[in-house]
Amino acid sequence: MWCLITAESAMFLIFVVAYIFYLGKSLNGPTPKEILNLPIFDTVCLLSSSITVRLSVNGLLKHSQMAFIGWLTATVLLGITFLLGTGKEWNDLIFKHNFTIHTNLFGTTFYSLVGLHATHVAIGLLMLSVVLMLGLFGKVDQDQTRRFHSLSMYWHFVDGVWVVVFIVVYVIGR
Amino acid sequence: MKRFALQSLRGSAQSLLGVRSGEFRVHEFYTSLLRALGKFGSNLFNKLFVSPTNIFDPRSAPAHEIFRLSMFTLIVTGAIFITVSGLLLYAIIRYRQRPGEDADQEPPQIYGSNQIELAWTVIPILIVVVLFLSTVRVIFSIQHAAEPRQALDVQVIGHRFWWEFHYPKYGVVTANELHVPVSSDPKSPLPTYLQLATADVDHSFWVPRLTGKTDLMAGQVNNMWIQPEVAGLYLGQCSQFCGAEHARMLLRVYAESPEDFQKWIAQQQRNAVDDPDASAGRAVFEQNVCINCHLVKGTVANGRFGPDLTHLMSRDTIASGTMPNTRDNLEKWIKNPDAYKPGCLMPSMQLSDQDVNRIVSYLVTLR
Amino acid sequence: MADSIHLSGIIDLTPEDKHPRLWLEVMHEWIVTTDHKKIGLMYIAASMMFLVIGGIEVLLMRIQLAVPESTFLAPEQYNQLFTLHGTTMIFFVAMTIEFGFANYMVPLMIGARDMAFPRLNAFSFWIYLFGASLLYYSILGGKGVYGGSGIPDVGWFAYAPLTEKAFSAGNGSDYWALAIFISGIGSIGTALNIIVTTICMRCKGMKLSRMPLFAWLMLVTSVMVVAAIPPLSAAQIMLLIDRYLGGHFFDAQAGGSAVIWAHFFWIFGHPEVYILVMPAFGFMNEIVPVFSRKVIFGYPAMVAASVGIAFISFTVWAHHMFTVGMEPVANTVFVISTMTIAIPTGIKIFNWLATIWGGKIRFTVPMLFCIAFLFQFTLAGLTGIMLGVAPFDWQLHNSAFVVAHFHYVIVGGILFALFGAFYYWFPKMTGRMMSRTLGKWHFWLFVLGFHLTFDFMHIPGLLGMPREVYTYEPGHHWEIWNMIVTIGAFVQAVAIIIFVYNLVRSQFTGKLAGNDPWDAWTLEWATTSPPPNYNFASEPMVRSRRPLWDLKHPEDPDWKYEFDAENEMATK
Repeated sequence: MWCLITAESAMFLIFVVAYIFYLGKSLNGPTPKEILNLPIFDTVCLLSSSITVRLSVNGLLKHSQMAFIGWLTATVLLGITFLLGTGKEWNDLIFKHNFTIHTNLFGTTFYSLVGLHATHVAIGLLMLSVVLMLGLFGKVDQDQTRRFHSLSMYWHFVDGVWVVVFIVVYVIGR
Repeated sequence: MKRFALQSLRGSAQSLLGVRSGEFRVHEFYTSLLRALGKFGSNLFNKLFVSPTNIFDPRSAPAHEIFRLSMFTLIVTGAIFITVSGLLLYAIIRYRQRPGEDADQEPPQIYGSNQIELAWTVIPILIVVVLFLSTVRVIFSIQHAAEPRQALDVQVIGHRFWWEFHYPKYGVVTANELHVPVSSDPKSPLPTYLQLATADVDHSFWVPRLTGKTDLMAGQVNNMWIQPEVAGLYLGQCSQFCGAEHARMLLRVYAESPEDFQKWIAQQQRNAVDDPDASAGRAVFEQNVCINCHLVKGTVANGRFGPDLTHLMSRDTIASGTMPNTRDNLEKWIKNPDAYKPGCLMPSMQLSDQDVNRIVSYLVTLR
Repeated sequence: MADSIHLSGIIDLTPEDKHPRLWLEVMHEWIVTTDHKKIGLMYIAASMMFLVIGGIEVLLMRIQLAVPESTFLAPEQYNQLFTLHGTTMIFFVAMTIEFGFANYMVPLMIGARDMAFPRLNAFSFWIYLFGASLLYYSILGGKGVYGGSGIPDVGWFAYAPLTEKAFSAGNGSDYWALAIFISGIGSIGTALNIIVTTICMRCKGMKLSRMPLFAWLMLVTSVMVVAAIPPLSAAQIMLLIDRYLGGHFFDAQAGGSAVIWAHFFWIFGHPEVYILVMPAFGFMNEIVPVFSRKVIFGYPAMVAASVGIAFISFTVWAHHMFTVGMEPVANTVFVISTMTIAIPTGIKIFNWLATIWGGKIRFTVPMLFCIAFLFQFTLAGLTGIMLGVAPFDWQLHNSAFVVAHFHYVIVGGILFALFGAFYYWFPKMTGRMMSRTLGKWHFWLFVLGFHLTFDFMHIPGLLGMPREVYTYEPGHHWEIWNMIVTIGAFVQAVAIIIFVYNLVRSQFTGKLAGNDPWDAWTLEWATTSPPPNYNFASEPMVRSRRPLWDLKHPEDPDWKYEFDAENEMATK
């Protein structure tokens, strides 16, 4: 998992570099300041999902099915909320402000970076949901802790990337 | 002995850096020895390999600087190669298993030596430092060369697959053949500063005898300068792959005496020649879409997509240096550019032979 | 207390399967296998196929360039050929043939039964094959809907904005991007496998400081792969976004920059070439000591140098960009880093020299190739230094000189080491020796062809000939050199044919090899040739870097002398 995280980090780094490189270089169109709002609620959701997934791993380790399933459900729900929030943000941007990947450099780099992150969230959610389903059917027990822990590390990574994206796009960029 | 060698290296480094000190006279001897070696080597090379685009036959200040640095680099790397391969050759001969030797008797196993490792780390570091210092000096000398007031400015715009030249001070626009004044007085140099931009993809401006290449990168303007000291024609070509006809995007730089250069400028500044005998051809030219791409100053043709044709006949070549500028070639070219430069962006207009004939009769008047 | 490997580890306990098997059974076994040895062989076989394809591409190109203004090929065809040649050779031959050897040898060398993730291993291979095939499906794609080329014709580094829709209307750039992206997933998978295997699955007693150097170099290479390939994937995603979603990453008209593609590409591209060369260093580290009959000189220094090279390789990338108009300070920084990387590389060369020095050199075919490597790689490194001197590079960049330089490394260095590896490990993989006579013919012919081609290719570069040109004008005195280069290419082709013939024929008529034909010292030689499915019947226990040396020389074992941080008894 560490190898995968290293590889993905390298890829995200390039998109972040491209974003920073192109800050302020758009020839026309809206600037980040004009149309971006701080996604506080979404961020809180995603970051707390890191906490809940940790609690879920602990639950599995301590052989507590209730804790494991409960916290995992919470994680999935928080993740879905985050994605819905991103979807709403994009919906506003695209249809209210007419701001797309095509509009200008800011658009291209914004949608690519945030979109790449959202894709990783989606994939992580899918995997977590699969584990949740398996857990509900009673197939996941204490022996699988290491594997679930690996998956939770991926989830932490995704959250970590969001911290970077948040700072670069929504704080520095504006 | 080691101290002597170190001092000698330091001396070479110092003299390369332009610092002269009476204390290191002996080591000036070594630097001049190196210079002589370099001169000998390059003379030999040039006798064997004569070429109008030989990088070791510089005729311009930045090319000279690069040449000197190159010779120094070649000497250093050459010495390293001779040493290492010499040792290697010796080792494989001296330490080969000879027939009749006991094959089972293994030689002494030597696992390593910290001192040796240190030695062959430190010595390369010293060599690298010397090479690096000489390199940095030339980088800054060329890239940060102050532009003198009398320098000529030319804007170069790269296209697929031809070169556009603007002389903003004179209001002159031409294509593919760059005329510049020669800089004959070392006390009052007359360089030409080029600003490089591209209309489409990346290109690279390379005329080896005048200087190293600089790329034309999409989205930015790059700067370079040349300072030819001998009048003549210098050849080069695009050196960044730009598509189908990258190989035939040639450069011709004409270095001329300042007087000849002013004459050329004056001629280029005039409007297009209006020869009444060519009016039939001009009519055909202006009624076709030629005028959408090409510009002929003082006429309705004001297209900017293709080369400026106002003084077409003042050029020696067409199709960015690939064909001599003759009537015959003009006809062949206009009939079907793709036959001579497959993939070039000038379409064949499917004109009748008669029309082509008339157009060419007009074009040959555009001196 | 056992201070040697268990001898029972080498006895093959599988009952022999007597009944003749259908072709379909055999094929099925190979398609579903997760055995690292079979996967390794498949990597090697597939890479050899692409080597031949890439070789044919280059022979066509050389015919075109043998004379000026040749009309043998159309410009478009030539441009497609050099794009395919570069992409194929780097991504689908060099990287993968080295992964093949790593797959086969690393678990054996560390006394393991298989890789850490056998199914991932198989997946990585098949996705590489799919990605590589995708590149060649582009031939079927024709010109696509919009005209322009279906086969990529943008050069192997596909500089934007040439690859943008405006200038590459056909699907060529897409095939290029997708083929590499997809097989890149396989590369990362294999790298991951190698990292975990070498870190977690070494046998008893094999501390990292006792791991064979080939395994070390594959570990280092794999870490580089994990860090270097994603930037390329990122850049390719950006390119596809530009081409299909209307993005502006490299669109100058919207303020985008072409330089940023160059940066992203070379941040991948430079470590990539070190990824290519490190396994070759690994081959050298295994073969040279055995045929000098001496232990490798300076094992810790070799490890340190390899790790150093890996780190520094991520800091030199813009020496491919000295001409794009960077500020002098930036140019200077990259001159420093480029020259710095020469130091650990030199250290390795000197250590090999010291290994040979005082030895008893046996000129077996693998050793011949390794000796040639030493001369040739040294020269290649030195032309690299020349290119690292930025002003010199301002003349030499994008010329035939650069092409000569990197082929000197890749062919004169890496391919020679690979040939050495082939001859060295073929007995282990098949149980038979390759023909020594054919091997020597292969060697000498290839040396001749290699030098004819790549020595003389430097000259047109010095005389102003650019690269990636489908033809050239007469009058520059490039003609004679190009003709010699072309002749050399065909000589190399003949040598390769001899090699392939040797490779195939020796499997049927080669002398039986036994477990340890070369009298070598690492664990793979303790198994049968070929090894049984499970490699070792029981886990070996080692006490030094050369467990078989200890077995063969119980009076003078390595662990008494080894240069080891933990071993207090290290002398000399």
